[in-house]
Amino acid sequence: MIASKPAKLSAALLFAAFLVTGCSSTSTTDGGGDSTSSGDTAYDSTAQGQAYGSDNVDSSTSGQDAAGRIGTIFYFDFDKSELRGDVRAKLNEQARLLNGKSGIVRLEGHADERGTREYNIALGERRAMAVANYLASQGVARSQIETISYGEEKPQALGHDDSAWSQNRRVGLSYSE
Amino acid sequence: MSRLLVLFFAFVVAPLSHAALTIEITQGVDNPTSIAVVPFSYSGGDSLTQNIPAVIESDLYRSGQFAPMDQNDMLSYPHMSQDVHYRDWRAVGAEYVLVGRVSKIMGPMSIQVEYELMDVIRQKKILSGTVKGYSDKLRAVAHNISDDVYAQLSGIRGAFSTKILYVAANNVSKGQFRYRMMIADSDGHNEKTIFESSEPMLSPTWSPDGKNVAYVSFESGKAAIYTQNLGTGRRSRLTDFPGINGAPAWSPDGTRMAMVLSKDGNPDIFIMDLDSKKLTRVASHFAIETEPSWTVDGKGIIFTSDRGGKPQIYKANLADGWVERLTFEGDYNARARLVPDGSGLVMIHRRNGKFHVALQQFENGRIRLLSKTDMDESPSIAANGAMLMYATQYRGRGILAAVSIDGSVRYRLPSSSSDVREPAWSPFFDKK
Repeated sequence: MIASKPAKLSAALLFAAFLVTGCSSTSTTDGGGDSTSSGDTAYDSTAQGQAYGSDNVDSSTSGQDAAGRIGTIFYFDFDKSELRGDVRAKLNEQARLLNGKSGIVRLEGHADERGTREYNIALGERRAMAVANYLASQGVARSQIETISYGEEKPQALGHDDSAWSQNRRVGLSYSE
Repeated sequence: MSRLLVLFFAFVVAPLSHAALTIEITQGVDNPTSIAVVPFSYSGGDSLTQNIPAVIESDLYRSGQFAPMDQNDMLSYPHMSQDVHYRDWRAVGAEYVLVGRVSKIMGPMSIQVEYELMDVIRQKKILSGTVKGYSDKLRAVAHNISDDVYAQLSGIRGAFSTKILYVAANNVSKGQFRYRMMIADSDGHNEKTIFESSEPMLSPTWSPDGKNVAYVSFESGKAAIYTQNLGTGRRSRLTDFPGINGAPAWSPDGTRMAMVLSKDGNPDIFIMDLDSKKLTRVASHFAIETEPSWTVDGKGIIFTSDRGGKPQIYKANLADGWVERLTFEGDYNARARLVPDGSGLVMIHRRNGKFHVALQQFENGRIRLLSKTDMDESPSIAANGAMLMYATQYRGRGILAAVSIDGSVRYRLPSSSSDVREPAWSPFFDKK
């Protein structure tokens, strides 16, 4: 049974929108199925992904379209916490939007389900910290940033395959005034 | 080699019981010992709520080392040792015969079982005993007898009277989960929820006396370590530091708690004195340090660290802070637990991209895979060291599974209603 189709769909939209590298091609072909995604979490609801409404959007335009919107998801490679090039570009945009604002930036770090749970909590924190450090280097005040790691406990996609895992290795950024 | 015993093991359960965990035995030893558990007599008049011999049979069967005899194959149903005719039992292939008598007695523990165990080959009684219990807890009475019989025949203390703690998760609506901290008998019966939350829980663990548990819960919106008394149900928050509050582990003497805190910037192992709440840092490094557990003597901590670039198991000596690396094979070894005699450790080991429960013996350093599944987590060893339970996936769901420490016996404990994970096998509840 595959329980992750819609999760794949909604996340795939986000995925497609954010990735310069465009390696989401396999997941974007999925559609329909029962609804199990966690698509209504705070950082998802900023609706950057939905703004495009298409799998085939040119992800390089996302920065412009996202202007004025704070909040997004950054994806990571397996067992890695280094920021990918596309993530850096996205973070530059977020840092610019945050400039002069005084609200709180919440960074939620996540891991895919592979490996042990507590190690994945640590990995999720390392990813959130990598994003926090980068935002700080771009001028966002440390005191505005809070981080939390859920490890593998809150998957965005519920499947047990590469597509689901790639959507679950992430840091979600949300902003509150 | 993987001798399929039976795919589904039917328990004698009260019809209204909704035991969510069921047991499916998938592999036993090649030549299990044949034992006849003869139906017990009962002088109480009313009917018993549980069939005690059936529970004993299922315990012995689940150990993988015994083949209980079908009652239809028995030539007679004796209740006393003097009525056991050894020649008859030898004729039907029984190596051991267990007989018993259940009676009502005065007092709160109103049920008494007298039992006798006979060796058919040597034609003699090798064990007899009396177990008292509550009329509504007859399974516990049966588990006690199973423990005694198992110890007599295997030389290893039985762990049928122990319990398991685990996490059940249900997807209740889009993106919403219900997490429950569960406790059940080691055979999956008598399942009870001890805490429920819409936020994740993980890393449950037992106090050495089995009276308290600790776990990580995100109920406040962030990770914190909670302890809970199983008698009163009372909970208290032990830690709530910024960042990770994880992987609690009681010291063998119950006075300290090892844990992971990232309050100083990255995850390190700390030990908290439970009286003074004073923290001592054990292993500090800019890398990830996590998943502490204690050496048997309480003088050391083994933990996972990626200080060498990949997660491996290390051991810290608490007296002098000396840290040594214990695992060298493979590029992912995590969440180790020492076997009770200290001769080795079980852990999660990645091989060819798959995550397995594995045993490493210290004597030769060799790693042996214990599981045939490939998304394994959270191995937890039974108090007698004979079996371990872990979490894995089966048919797309999170289930619990068990394997003997020598890999010869396996069973699964899927839940009919939830994803289940994070098993923690209890210590013995009484000193013996």
